[in-house]
This record gives sequence, structure tokens and C-alpha cells, in this order.
Amino acid sequence: MNQPPFQRFLDTHREDVWRFLIASVGRDAADDCFQETFIAAMRAYPTTRIDNPRAWVLTIAHRKALDHHRARARRPVPVGAVPDVPAPDAPAPSGLGDGVWERVGDLPPKQRAALLLRFAGDLSHREVAAAMGTSEEAARRSAHEGLKRLREELAT
Amino acid sequence: MNDELAPPTFDPADAAAAAARFTATAEPDVSYALIESPVGTLVAARTEVGLACLSYSDHAGGVDAVLDAISTRISPRVLEKPARLDDVRRELDEYFEHRRTAFDLDIDWALTSPFAEKVLRATTAIPFGEISTYAQVAAQAGNAKASRAAGNALSANPVPIVVPCHRVLHTGGKGIGNYTGGVHRKEALLRLEGVLLG
Repeated sequence: MNQPPFQRFLDTHREDVWRFLIASVGRDAADDCFQETFIAAMRAYPTTRIDNPRAWVLTIAHRKALDHHRARARRPVPVGAVPDVPAPDAPAPSGLGDGVWERVGDLPPKQRAALLLRFAGDLSHREVAAAMGTSEEAARRSAHEGLKRLREELAT
Repeated sequence: MNDELAPPTFDPADAAAAAARFTATAEPDVSYALIESPVGTLVAARTEVGLACLSYSDHAGGVDAVLDAISTRISPRVLEKPARLDDVRRELDEYFEHRRTAFDLDIDWALTSPFAEKVLRATTAIPFGEISTYAQVAAQAGNAKASRAAGNALSANPVPIVVPCHRVLHTGGKGIGNYTGGVHRKEALLRLEGVLLG
């Protein structure tokens, strides 16, 4: 397959994967998902034809993030684990800034995935569609609906 | 990037740290490290079998080209794991500090053809401080007439210093012969071993 050495692949894509994961699972869980993403990538690396390495590794990260959300849904966090520190009053996201990614996490799954892959992963709609296993049109629509819903929520 | 939804901000150092944690625990097929030595920086790479490559970083196209060749010819699962090369680094240090005259490292001959492997194994038997000729190692490799092929095998030695191709010279005082890292390095190694004076 003539892939470049995995170290170079890791160095090239680590920031893209990290940025995608802190948006999709949060900083605390990002490291676990990051490790699982590159373990899976290295396992498949020698035998996979990889035309678009960035989209390929972000697709793996997307699946690891889904696994993380599923596992968390099965294991609700006990109330005792919630920190006593009060949440800061009104994070007041001016425009669609950084705090908005937590709200993205509450969107319906397809909208959430489309926005994460498109804007945290910086993939094209076509690449987003491939990562989600859907049509480009559907990926575009999910991203559009997600953005619309976010704007509505932020306006209230 | 785009103005519809800004990507999350992050500290690149966090991504670098996560990648470092990955390389620290991952099990690649090939681990490599850059090793400093008195004859320059070396790219050392090892597999489960043993040391597969010890390349002068300013030869053979540089570090990236060496890693590309390893990726293509051994496995692309290549990670920089200096701890895996600790024994190589230690033995080289001892050699350059005159505390070691033979290496106890297993060799992976994956980057070598069968004939070249025979030549290089014969070369390994030349003791510290002694020299041989291309014709002699060709004979020891089973083909006394193949001194030119032996020369080629030696110049393509993937593990110089450890396999002491610097101890092989031309027959009959026709000069020192070529060397994979440049003749000045061959001279430096032969001086270290007391074969050349000055």
C-alpha cells in the first residue's frame, strides 16, 4: 500500500483529531477517544487503501465519539459525581463561539454529527456524508437544520 | 476555516501530549530513534527481531527517506519510541568511549538481500581493530569471485558500525574504499579502533 510511516501520519493529523474530539466528547473524554482512534487507525493502516487520510482518521474519531456517547448513555453519571462548583452564570455565547459546542452536543444525533464533522472536523459536505454513511444532500440538510436550531436556541 | 460555526479553540500542546501518550503505549512493528554519536546523528530502527537500520541521518536521502524505505519494505506501523532503542544507544556510547569492542545486538536482516546478508555476517566476524578486504569477505560469503558484489553489499549495509563494514578495505593498499556514511567516517572509525593513526 506504500503508506508513509505511521509516526508522520500521527503528527500530521493529531491536531485535527484533537480539535474534533474536544468538540464532540469534551476535553475530559477527548484523550481516551484520541487513543482509541489512533489505535484503530494503526491497526487498519497497513492493509487499508487510504485516499484521503484526514477524512479517514476523522471518520474513525467520529465513530469512537459515537461509542463514547453510547457508553455514557448506558451508564448514567451518578449525581454524586457532579462537582459542587456552581456553573458560571450565563456563559452568554456571543454569536456562535466556543461554548456553543456544548449545545451542539444536545442536538439530535444526525444534526450533531453533521455539524461536528463539518465545522470541528473541517470536512467538506461530501466527506461528512461519507463519514456518516449518508448522501451528500442529507449531510447538507442535517448541517443546515442543526445550524438553524442552534440559532433559534441561542436567540431565546 | 469558515464563519458559520467557529471550530473549538484548543492548545496544540494538548494534542502533542495526547500523541506522545499514544506513541508511549502503542505497539508498532518498527520503533525508531535519532541517536547522537561522534560520527553524526544516526537513525536507528528496530523490529521484534532486532536492529534493522542504523543510518547516517545525512545520507540515504535523510531521515524522512530512511523512514519511508522502512515503511515500504518492513511495515508502515512505524513510531518514534526512543526507549526501545536504549540498548543500541548504550552500546554505541560504550563503543565510542572505548569501553566496548563488540556489539551484543540482534540484527533484523529485513532490508538486506540473501547474498548481502552472507557478506554482512562474514563482516561481523572481523574483530575490533583488524581489517579485511572485499575479496576476503566475498570468499567467506561463499563466492570468492564476487568481490564487486560484496562491495555493493557493504555499501548498502543497513546497520553500519554494528556490522563493521568500515573494517573492509581494498586489496593491496589500493586505498581505503568507499563507505555508506562517507569516507571521512570510515577513517574516523578506523582511527577510533587504532587501525589508522592520527
